[in-house]
Amino acid sequence: MTAAALLTMTNVLSAFSLPIHPPTASTISQGVDYLYFFLTGITLLFTILIFSIIFYFMIKYRRRSEDEAPPFVGTSMMLEIIWSLIPLAICAVIFVWASSLYFENSRPPNASMEMFVVGKQWMWHIQHPEGPREINELHVPVGVPVKLTMTSEDVIHDFSIPAFRIKKDVLPGRYSSIWFQATKTGIYHFYCAQYCGTDHAKMIGWVYVMTPEDYAGWLSGGVRGESMAQNGERLFTQLGCITCHVAGNNGRCPTLVGLFNHTVKLQDGRTVTADDAYIRNAIVNPNSMPLPSYAPVMPSFQGQINEEQLLQLIAYIKSLGPEERKSATK
Amino acid sequence: MADLIAHGAAHGSASTHSPDLQHHFDNMTQQFEASNLGMWVFLATEVLFFGGLFAAYTVYRSLYLPGFEIGSHLLDVRFGAANTAVLIGSSLSMVLAIRAAQTGQRRAQVFLLVLTMILGAAFLGIKFTFEWRNDYLEHLVPGINFAYRPEWGANGPHVQMFFLFYFIMTSIHALHMIIGIGLLSVLTWMAARGRFSPEYYTPMEVSGLYWHFVDIVWIFLFPLLYLIGGRYGIGGGH
Amino acid sequence: MSTAVTEIPQESRVNYLNASYGVKSWLFTVDHKRIALLYLVSITFMFLVGGGAAVLMRIHLIEPAGALVQPETYNKLFSAHGIIMVFFFLVPSIPATLGNFLVPLMIGAKDLAFPKLNLLSWYIYVVGALFTLYAVISGGVDTGWTFYTPYSSTYAHSQVIPAAIGVFITGFSSILTGLNFIVTIHKMRAPGLTWFRLPLFIWTMYATSVIFILGTPVLAITIFLLGVERLLHVGIFDPALGGDPLLFQHLFWFYSHPAVYIMILPGMGVVSELIAAFSRKRIYGYSMVAYSTFAIAIISFLVWGHHMFVSGQSIYAGLIFSVLSFLVAIPSAIKVFNWTATLYKGSISYQAPMLYALGFIGLFTMGGLTGLFLAALATDVHLNGTYFIVAHFHYIMVGGAVMAYMGGLHYWWPKISGRMYPDMWARIAAVIIFVGFNLTFFPQFMLGYLGMPRRYAVYPPEFQVLNVMSSAGASILGIGYLIPLVYLIWSMRYGPVAPANPWGAKGLEWTVPSPPPTENFEETPIVTEEAYNYAPIPEGQHG
Repeated sequence: MTAAALLTMTNVLSAFSLPIHPPTASTISQGVDYLYFFLTGITLLFTILIFSIIFYFMIKYRRRSEDEAPPFVGTSMMLEIIWSLIPLAICAVIFVWASSLYFENSRPPNASMEMFVVGKQWMWHIQHPEGPREINELHVPVGVPVKLTMTSEDVIHDFSIPAFRIKKDVLPGRYSSIWFQATKTGIYHFYCAQYCGTDHAKMIGWVYVMTPEDYAGWLSGGVRGESMAQNGERLFTQLGCITCHVAGNNGRCPTLVGLFNHTVKLQDGRTVTADDAYIRNAIVNPNSMPLPSYAPVMPSFQGQINEEQLLQLIAYIKSLGPEERKSATK
Repeated sequence: MADLIAHGAAHGSASTHSPDLQHHFDNMTQQFEASNLGMWVFLATEVLFFGGLFAAYTVYRSLYLPGFEIGSHLLDVRFGAANTAVLIGSSLSMVLAIRAAQTGQRRAQVFLLVLTMILGAAFLGIKFTFEWRNDYLEHLVPGINFAYRPEWGANGPHVQMFFLFYFIMTSIHALHMIIGIGLLSVLTWMAARGRFSPEYYTPMEVSGLYWHFVDIVWIFLFPLLYLIGGRYGIGGGH
Repeated sequence: MSTAVTEIPQESRVNYLNASYGVKSWLFTVDHKRIALLYLVSITFMFLVGGGAAVLMRIHLIEPAGALVQPETYNKLFSAHGIIMVFFFLVPSIPATLGNFLVPLMIGAKDLAFPKLNLLSWYIYVVGALFTLYAVISGGVDTGWTFYTPYSSTYAHSQVIPAAIGVFITGFSSILTGLNFIVTIHKMRAPGLTWFRLPLFIWTMYATSVIFILGTPVLAITIFLLGVERLLHVGIFDPALGGDPLLFQHLFWFYSHPAVYIMILPGMGVVSELIAAFSRKRIYGYSMVAYSTFAIAIISFLVWGHHMFVSGQSIYAGLIFSVLSFLVAIPSAIKVFNWTATLYKGSISYQAPMLYALGFIGLFTMGGLTGLFLAALATDVHLNGTYFIVAHFHYIMVGGAVMAYMGGLHYWWPKISGRMYPDMWARIAAVIIFVGFNLTFFPQFMLGYLGMPRRYAVYPPEFQVLNVMSSAGASILGIGYLIPLVYLIWSMRYGPVAPANPWGAKGLEWTVPSPPPTENFEETPIVTEEAYNYAPIPEGQHG
């Protein structure tokens, strides 16, 4: 908490010198800032240009007598074309620059460390796969790409980390994800940035970027409990999944071993990838995507488990592979 | 400024313009064209209004086709087809009524307008007393008494979604029909008093446009709601 | 050459204001000019209510922990501010007051095509406003003017239904106004008044009406579905029942993006009139400005997804919406350049309307350019949901549309009321508004880039300095708006009687007395020359 107080003080102090941008703390922050400065430059350029020309004309052509007769000034089509094409060209440059940055920023590198975020009115629950759970705090190591998979328990929220220049809406009933790689240790704000009700403004927290050693220490120290996969395994037994989805494939239920990220062929002929969203859907809305040669008898668990427990179950199922899968058809 | 504008001739000797000419218009042609254009513009807004609904319907149908098929098969296609025929017939009688006005036949106007109203009422009668009442008795009204059936399995919520759209779309359509019948009754009263003539039948023309539009909306609704997944053989599926 | 007409204004002459007296003659009028004044009164009232909410909000935000109200109340304040300002002030403002008054006059017609529908549209507006005011008084709505689901459909415990009904009903007022304008402009132009001789204000009224017609019905059905969902809980937007909350956003923004062009296009039309009149020159590039008006109206329907770049829409959809959003900026830039070029070799005077017009050009340019930050995907990710967005749209809506509205109100005030207002006070107010406005909203750009989210009742302490600056500016802005309220009302009784053409401007509305007679023109005028014909156009050239 003293760290937070110190940070607040430095921020308030720097406010008196009117900072322009938040801390530059991720691999993309600098790039976004450069684009922002370019856009600011263009804005200033055109604003000053227009203002000056107007000011100049206002003085030079001010009305000196009530009878003066301004001459006819024909429209030059060339001028119209020039001042249509120049803005178009500038916009094209901005578009290409911004879109390529955006594409880069939306694809997490393969080796990303995953963490799971569940937003609910009005707090953030964060789970690390190794087990630690946090409320309104996110501890991450510096220099490592981190992917956040996020969902909401209730309304639409938005997870926003200005220092990393990222945000994404967090929706109920589906997963959204963002990624970042922090470049500077320190403590940075995160906010909910999609209005979600009474305490929307209090749904904020802190990202703690630590050195890899400190992060490992934080992970293993303190009260920890089980990893997400272990929690998931416990739920798997508690909820009775194990009675059907037994190892050895008794033929009544499809096996879950090696399922994650495998391609699945559905009854209607389509093939889908068994990613997080697929597995979540299979638990809360089973039989909505029937499999060939399996009767649609799986009960739905909607309302019986919350989003965090779903993430734990998914972590458990992820931990069951990849093995050679026996054929799914009888 | 006097050099800018030449004054036009004074607007006609008062005795020659029709008593139906509203005074902000210059002549009957302008008034007729304005009323016509006004109704077309209004119909454009109706297209967008129903269009938003159709867009939402399309999204959910593409996501949940099995559920929508189940729902569609629970509707009675015979009633839907009968209603389609009734409405097309009513558009025919409406067009003939306008023709009667254009040719100055007062009795034909009234008769055809009344026929159009009867057909419109028949449409509503079939919809309310046969289809909707049946749906209510069979627990297919979302928000009121909708009950999932076990044979629907996981498609339950999607069948409900289908019926939600069914009721919303047909009730908004029915509301437009009721308004249309109201318009027609006013027209019938006016026609009976000889208000319309080859020189002035604008309200008929404009109401006819509205009526045809309501008909066309149904022409879209019928296949979208009743004919999902194709039908083999006659008779409602249950 | 074109000087003010030297006719002696006659107070005793019959005009639309004194043609009949009594409340009933106003409440049952079908005269477009009286209906415009009915709208003027109701819109001003709603502006004061929405502005009052803003004042309370800015006072509250002086302190990081909130200085005035509980978060729940703050949420209701910003929702009321948004709903009232968007639907009950900005959308109708210029079209329903200035448009209603001027469209027939500018095209040489005696009234709009459907005078009774015009009156009906005002009553519909009033009923919608009453529902919304009821929602505010009976506890308030706290969903924001955007009503996002599932918060609004399932979780909010506030007066969502009355507010939604109010917005739904008022939409029909817009539709009828748009319908009236389209038919009138098509069918009732005076002989000789071809499309390319029309004042640019009429072009923008037409384009705005097209957006009214095509966009507002989609809002209506969206609100209707929201109401059904809230009342019956049947799953249209509820993921647990198979619904999609993003569908609401697509449907909502399909209207609400074109809606912002409903709010700015009329302002652009007013500015064209003001620049031409106060530099006594034909608008440079008249046809380019006319075409740009239409380009804006059409492209505006294709960009709604730029409100959803971080919502979970696919990145490819994001690309397409980004391209189109850049494209829609180009016609606006063309207009700004043409207005500036109009000043060249003009004969420029600086009465209050011109000050407002010039302020519009500067502030709209800034606001529009900040739109580029948001059309650009990478920066929008950082800026979405922050105060940058708030600053951007206030620059355009307040720095643009409201300034244009004020300018137009002042320019045509002599025609509407038959009186002149005191120009010195008007210029002082214009400057106060300009200064107060920038002080209020420029700090918000900075707050946004620093990361402060919008719709926050409390905020981290490091944002306080900028918030206090913004609130200080808001107090100046508020005073600035109150001054015209005072002198305009004062002028109706005590202002000098105005001649038919106090500005020496071109346009059919200046050929009739101030105020005009009820029937506008004794005889339908015949138009033989171009718009803004201050200097005759030489043979073979085009303006």
